[in-house]
Amino acid sequence: MLEYITNYLNSNLTPGQAGNIFWAVVYILLIFAGVSAAVILMNWGERKALAHMQVRLGPMRVGPHGLLQPFADALKLLLKEDIAPSEADKMVFWVAPLIVVVTAFTTFIVVPFGQTHAVTDMNIGILFMLGVSSLGVLGIVTAGWASNSHFPLMGGLRSSAQMVSYEIAMGLAVISAVLMTSFSGVGPFGVGGEGTGSGTLSMIGIVQAQQAQHVWFVFKLFPLGLIAFGIFAIAMVAETNRAPFDLPEAESELVAGFHTEYSGFRWSLFFLAEYAAMVAVSSIAVTLWLGGWLRPFTYWLSGSGWDTAFSLFPGLTFLVLAGFTFFNTVRMPKHPALKIQTVGLGVFGAILGVVGLLLFVPGVRERIQDIYWFSIKVAVFMYLYIWYRGTFPRYRFDQLMKLGWKVLLPVGFGVLIATGLIGLSDQLLEWVKGVMHWA
Amino acid sequence: MPDDAKGNDQPVSPAPSAKPAAEKPAAPSAPGAPAAAKPPMPAKPAGPVPEPWDAEMVRALKQRYGSGIKEASVYLGQKYVVVDSSIVLDILRGMRDDHQFDYCVDVTAVHYPKREQPFDLIWILYSFHKNERIRVKTLLADGQPAPSVFELWPTTDWLERECFDMFGIKFEGHPDLKRILLPDEWKGHPLRKEYGIIQQDNEWVNINLGIESGQ
Amino acid sequence: MTDVTKSTTSFYEEDTGKTGTFLDANELILNMGPQHPSTHGVLRVILKLDGEKVLGTECIIGYLHRGVEKIAENRTYTMFNPYVDRMDYVAAVSNGLGYCEAVEKLLNIEAPPRANYIRVILTELNRIASHQLWLGTHALDIGAITPLFYTFRDREEILKIYEKFCGARLTTHAFRIGGCSYETYDGFEDNVKKFVKFVTPKIDEYEELLTTNRIWVERTKGVGILSGPDAIALGVTGPVLRAAGVKWDLRKAQPYACYKEFDFEIPIGENGDTYDRYLVRIAEMRQSLRIISQAVEKIPDGPIMAKVPKVIKPPVGEIYHSIEAPKGELGYFIVSDGSTQPYRVRVRPPSFVNLQALDKMVRGMLVADVVAVIGTLDIVLGEVDR
Repeated sequence: MLEYITNYLNSNLTPGQAGNIFWAVVYILLIFAGVSAAVILMNWGERKALAHMQVRLGPMRVGPHGLLQPFADALKLLLKEDIAPSEADKMVFWVAPLIVVVTAFTTFIVVPFGQTHAVTDMNIGILFMLGVSSLGVLGIVTAGWASNSHFPLMGGLRSSAQMVSYEIAMGLAVISAVLMTSFSGVGPFGVGGEGTGSGTLSMIGIVQAQQAQHVWFVFKLFPLGLIAFGIFAIAMVAETNRAPFDLPEAESELVAGFHTEYSGFRWSLFFLAEYAAMVAVSSIAVTLWLGGWLRPFTYWLSGSGWDTAFSLFPGLTFLVLAGFTFFNTVRMPKHPALKIQTVGLGVFGAILGVVGLLLFVPGVRERIQDIYWFSIKVAVFMYLYIWYRGTFPRYRFDQLMKLGWKVLLPVGFGVLIATGLIGLSDQLLEWVKGVMHWA
Repeated sequence: MPDDAKGNDQPVSPAPSAKPAAEKPAAPSAPGAPAAAKPPMPAKPAGPVPEPWDAEMVRALKQRYGSGIKEASVYLGQKYVVVDSSIVLDILRGMRDDHQFDYCVDVTAVHYPKREQPFDLIWILYSFHKNERIRVKTLLADGQPAPSVFELWPTTDWLERECFDMFGIKFEGHPDLKRILLPDEWKGHPLRKEYGIIQQDNEWVNINLGIESGQ
Repeated sequence: MTDVTKSTTSFYEEDTGKTGTFLDANELILNMGPQHPSTHGVLRVILKLDGEKVLGTECIIGYLHRGVEKIAENRTYTMFNPYVDRMDYVAAVSNGLGYCEAVEKLLNIEAPPRANYIRVILTELNRIASHQLWLGTHALDIGAITPLFYTFRDREEILKIYEKFCGARLTTHAFRIGGCSYETYDGFEDNVKKFVKFVTPKIDEYEELLTTNRIWVERTKGVGILSGPDAIALGVTGPVLRAAGVKWDLRKAQPYACYKEFDFEIPIGENGDTYDRYLVRIAEMRQSLRIISQAVEKIPDGPIMAKVPKVIKPPVGEIYHSIEAPKGELGYFIVSDGSTQPYRVRVRPPSFVNLQALDKMVRGMLVADVVAVIGTLDIVLGEVDR
């Protein structure tokens, strides 16, 4: 039994590949906890960051600087009365949020946080992710339908139309990236020498291809990689129904779109699924274009010295956060009512500091590298999501569809064709020469 | 409550032409100010009085309609004509077409219950071209419908509905004359003088709000 | 404007949006009811839709009708003064200015120059405050949630000035018949000058967020077009008229208070769409700042109240006086019968008349545009319903 568990630790495979069910379950639980933690952090982060962009403070009371706000919200939602419209289709009404949540979380099976840090590495990884996230549309449509009210219905229909349209653009961008994995050349403009390498759809394989080609795909065949990344970045915002594409849940027009009739825990499931989907598509973007778990400048700044330098980043991040927390603790007003908050904030800062110091320990340092870089890149995307919400007005529905079909789709096709042509350029050249020779 | 006995009518000058008024050939935008506020006399302050308004337009109107134009005066710099209700639609149309009063500022009414024709219906018109504003006033009997000028100025759609709602003056030719500010089934027209200030339509309140009106 | 459906009473059944049997299957009646996040008050708009396209609208108003005109007949002239603030509660100072000037005209007196200058400064500040509120809420309806906070934060400074001047922020009752209510406080001029310096870059900030924002432009250009002749025929005034290309502003056409002495421009637009109305109002804010800077330099000394009799009893007569409120031409038609109480006060509300144009502007547009157009008309239900 113990061997079963320790056996896996010595292998260099994901639990799925090693066939180790115990560790697979452990990883699943870790991912579940991690995504939930990410959602909670994202909730707090969104409210605070958005508030600061809007010249206000955001939650300040529920915990020092609102840190316990997400927990309070979760508790409130759990305890809220669960209202269902009397004419609603009970079964479908109950199932709709489940569909959305399940699909959002299932996509995380193949997300690689590190070389072997994924639950499993399917050889159709990216296809699996796109496919399962498309199933989420089903949940939204059923939610709109089951509510038996025309506001949610219109919201559900709009949302599904939007998601389907932008999936096509997403797919094209993804194909361009996958195409790039089949290049064997090295560097931003290298495509291949004698024939090309073997392409792969597996998520880990894609990152390994970026590692082998010594360049992140966002810089590959500049500007094609960048354009493909840009298309995906826009489409993923539309896919998750976030601003500026949040017309289906536009408060000022349709009250709340497809989740109007949901309250309490069911509503929180929708919102949980939305954030989880955001993390999932950001993971795709990070994996496909931003080098996944690779640290910056793997090739140009290589060597054990640089490795060690970059491996100090996780610890430093936490120490900076701890420092910031202590700074704010000192800035807290000296008022007896705020004593508990000040102490709490100090304790939080201390925990962050301890974690930071722990991350300096060499053994931990190496293990945590991959996970850290992956998480940091996803975190940047989360911040971008919040930034978009604070800045942009909402697109009108027909303009949204126009953007998806008339702008992103042609550009996506163009990028794909260009990538293909350039990728096969050596072979094409040979073919052309052959034709000329023959002629 | 306003005391009607205090003389709530415009003093209709018996014969405007009898007064040797200053001739003003054109209708300038500068206010043809009547006598500025005279210093109050010990007995009673002699305030401004409406002066007769003599202009091209007025003379043409008088020539055409004769006695239909009951009065054309200037009071405190503001020009107005009082016309007979039978010709008022023609006059308004003429105002818009011939004299370029293309903007109807307001349509409103005043109720003088003790008068024979209790309603004063007033149209305030403005001409962008001449930068001039005039009022066209007509007197209506209770229950007498007024012509709607909706096809002349679409802005009067809601303005006439409000007059109907508040005073009960019906406008013939209005596309959809129904109450605008009060609920559709309300009884009574509030701005009439016999409608008390705390009066309510108790029936409507009873039916729709389910309460006894607190008044 | 014909009735969109057979009658409004049937809407109590139609509220759920189920299409009735007397309509085509293709049409949907959508009720943007009195409670809606973006109808700016209690306005009910019934939309007849074909999918997303609007075939017709009908506005039901009167939810905020308080009978102000009837009240006026039962109050003395001075007693009625605070009531006018409550109509367009966003721009209360302008309302007060219009009423006080109308009664002053009826009494044939003029406010002293110092009072006029103070009136102009406060009214122009009010115009800026009203436009700021408009900008914040209009942007919010279109989805940009941040400008709301910026404009409200900057509006606070104006409200602070009002509070120091007369004690109230919103319904100020700042003017009396014959002049101003109070003498300006110590540091009024400095405060106003500091405010002008404070808010000029802020208006640039609003523009930076919105004017060249591609999404904003796409949402507002070509939406809710109202041409010049249509606007004049519909009696629309204010920035809506000016955005349609008609260069007309009562402050220049028929100057009141002391506007003749200031040098400012009238911004106009070209196409009469929502984007032009936005640009016109932003430009108007800047022009107001210009007027305020000029006025605050040369406030003359002197009394702030004219010689008004203790008991105001205007002679028998009628008067119509209108001013350029932030929303359009606000007019007062006052009939006096020689007693201390007005015989009839008619308020010509700009928002009421502007709202009629909604139907024309919105035909053929999508549902999302209806919200944008209601926002761009800048209506305040207190004024629409009185």
